[in-house]
Amino acid sequence: MYFKNGYKDDVAIIGMGCTKFGERWDTGLEDLIIEAAFEAFQDAGIGPKDIEVCYFANTNAPNNCSGTPVADALKMHGIPITRNENWCTAGHVALINAVLAVKSGMCDIAMAIGAEKLKDKGFGGLGVGRGLNPVRETRRDAPGSFALIAEAYFKKYGLTYEQGKTMLAKIDVKNHYNGSLSPKAHFHNVITVEQAVNAPLIASPLGLYDCCGTSDGGAAAIVCRADIAKKFRTDPIYVKGFGCATDSMTPHYRSRNFDWTSFEALRSCAKMAYEMAGIKNPREELDLAEVHDCFSITEMCIYEDFGFCERGTAWQNVEEGFFERTGGLPVNVDGGLKCFGHPVGASGIRMTYEIYKQLQYKVDNPKRQLQDVHMGLSQTFGGPPQIASCVILGNEDR
Amino acid sequence: MKQGIQAIGAYLPYHYLTRAALSKAWGGKGGKGEKSVCGADEDSVTMAVEAAMGCFRFIPRDRVDGLYFASTTGPYAEKSHSSLLAVACDLRDDKVFTADVMTTTRAGTSALKLALDGVAAQPVGNILVTAADMRNGYPKSAQETGFGDGAAAVIVGTGEELLAEIDFFTSVNEEINDYWRNAGGSYTLHAEGRFCDTEGYLREMKLVLDKLFKETNSQITDYQKVVLTAQNSKLQGKLAAKFGVTPEQLVDTLLLNVGDTGAAQGLLGVVQALETAKAGDRILVADYGNGANAFTMTVTEQIERLADRSQIGRYLETREELDSYVRFLSWREIASAEPGAPFKLPASTSQTWREQNINLRLHGSVCRKCGAASYPISRVCDVCGSLDEYEEVGYSDQICKLYTYSIDQYAGRSDAPLIIQAIAEAKDGNHLYTVMTDFKKDEIKTGMDVEFTFRKMHNLGDFPNYFWKMRPLRRESV
Repeated sequence: MYFKNGYKDDVAIIGMGCTKFGERWDTGLEDLIIEAAFEAFQDAGIGPKDIEVCYFANTNAPNNCSGTPVADALKMHGIPITRNENWCTAGHVALINAVLAVKSGMCDIAMAIGAEKLKDKGFGGLGVGRGLNPVRETRRDAPGSFALIAEAYFKKYGLTYEQGKTMLAKIDVKNHYNGSLSPKAHFHNVITVEQAVNAPLIASPLGLYDCCGTSDGGAAAIVCRADIAKKFRTDPIYVKGFGCATDSMTPHYRSRNFDWTSFEALRSCAKMAYEMAGIKNPREELDLAEVHDCFSITEMCIYEDFGFCERGTAWQNVEEGFFERTGGLPVNVDGGLKCFGHPVGASGIRMTYEIYKQLQYKVDNPKRQLQDVHMGLSQTFGGPPQIASCVILGNEDR
Repeated sequence: MKQGIQAIGAYLPYHYLTRAALSKAWGGKGGKGEKSVCGADEDSVTMAVEAAMGCFRFIPRDRVDGLYFASTTGPYAEKSHSSLLAVACDLRDDKVFTADVMTTTRAGTSALKLALDGVAAQPVGNILVTAADMRNGYPKSAQETGFGDGAAAVIVGTGEELLAEIDFFTSVNEEINDYWRNAGGSYTLHAEGRFCDTEGYLREMKLVLDKLFKETNSQITDYQKVVLTAQNSKLQGKLAAKFGVTPEQLVDTLLLNVGDTGAAQGLLGVVQALETAKAGDRILVADYGNGANAFTMTVTEQIERLADRSQIGRYLETREELDSYVRFLSWREIASAEPGAPFKLPASTSQTWREQNINLRLHGSVCRKCGAASYPISRVCDVCGSLDEYEEVGYSDQICKLYTYSIDQYAGRSDAPLIIQAIAEAKDGNHLYTVMTDFKKDEIKTGMDVEFTFRKMHNLGDFPNYFWKMRPLRRESV
């Protein structure tokens, strides 16, 4: 139990912004911050001078820049702005910090902003040596280390390589279709299962369409005390709960009770958030989710660790279309990381932006608006098995 | 006091080029046999570690008191290789005496002589002598075709466990520029061929053999096996003929199927001779390089401990042809491929020094309180939470099971892009995460046996960084 006196929708989101994601060659980090922040300011009906505390999510800006890119871009000088670089979850961590700043009574209005300019770094999308150890993790890369989950999962649940590949392909096809309807996504191409299965291998069994791209992007959220939220707008979105759990830097130290099909960071993060939000059965109670599909296998793993389905049944659920936009629990209805790419610090807030807009029935393309939605979850996962974070939002307060 | 060879080990790299392919690459025809080629992640130090690990089949590491490294191609011009090797071999720093014997192709047997003198002076000691080479000849030269990469190691000691007693050792010295490589030079240079053969090799080998026969009052027919190192088979044959060595006596120093392994050839010949010997055999060895060494051995009953487990045979059986000469040129930095994606890792001499037990010795920890194992060394136990209550445990010679893996198409170097990300499960249930090398990708399966192999990871920080990879089993163990 994290809040002794309980947590009951004490904080609300009153404004959000999200840039166009993609190869933004003509756009700098500060431009991305401005684009995301000013959409959020406009959405909330306030300006930069109204922000009392700000949290910045970014993993790749040069020279340990702290919060200064935000201060400089938005001319928000003289207030606390701190930067976090919690890998893929940095955006969620910034948002959680903003929620905590308001919940603690430190301030009434706080902002979280994530922005990442990967295309200035010469990243082709892959790259090696992801860890911190100069020799032990020399050839570690993202596709290769997430792919380790797939082989272990197929073996544990008796899937042939072909069955496993097809399951992953269906996740790719779903997310690409969803992305085709999202104006702000990087990729808009619709693909077939056949295309996904036959695409060039990156790290077996993951092919090209199982991996997300490298993009630039930014997203921002403005939060305030729930009891004053309606002063800013009629449809604030309530923060129902959040979770965060850290594990090992590398799989090295996870020598026991770790079989590569399930991650403690994911399970703990989900438990924390569900308890806060009072969710007993996420499969029934959530109306939509944005989860960390850096690779298709990651999305599959999250279905199970977040209780969207029973352990070992992700395959059948994918087969039945349970996570499609018309299914029982639509996942990644904006196209996910698969179509937005993964500008690391921005992703968590970008995913939350989708939940926020869906719950307000205000998504940018009416064709993709879900109906009768009340509660949604956004979630990121760095690793494996480093860190997981999530936020649960609802459009009704308790 | 009996002194001699307590243990033997050899190493031959996974890759080879056929001489026909080398010849064809330059528009030529013909070419017999193969040239052994070490991988992009290997060098003379890593090959020497492999050969040394063969020796630990016979003598446990804690009984080794000294380590010598012999080579003309160590990765450092200044800095001890033997110190690095001693740590990779998991020998005790407070016990082991280390020395490098460098720059001559005779270095392997010269180091053997130094070890013999050492154990004679200090009769309790065992000295591990390693020799490895990976020399370059100019592209299209006879040296490029003739040279091969490989390593061998022996443990020299005293007592009743000797595989072979060394009865006599002698040598001659000669100052001559027949083959040489200048400091900083990439290729072995040579004088006019006939000068090299007549005034160098044939003359010096004759001098040392005549001297040996005279001093031991023996003749060629007294020896069941004769090891004659040489630059090529033709020259070896010429010398053998001159002394009346029969094909049955002449030991194959792998010139045809591996190549001239430089400083390693003499000891590889010793290993080859012992792996095919029976008790009572007498062996004569002559090794060339600015003069020559010659010695004689008598094989003991202990040779039965080998029980037909030939490392050389096993390594030859488990090789794979390298698909292109161009790849070889890039691996040797003769014509380097485009550099791959940069590493996102810091390089640090102090961190490398501090973490040597983890990275070079492949030590993990086992909790004294609850027995939980961890790799790398874990100061706080993952299971019971106790602080600094652990014993270090070595994994480098363990055979593990492949737990999960991914064949990663792009994570390697641009001239060797394919690698396997892999998790191994050790016998104690511990998981170790590294990458695999020297594999046929179609043969990789979850649950297969894998062993650790010491490899060079990169040159970040402008020094070679080493760690352990996994591979399908190649090393013959007893």
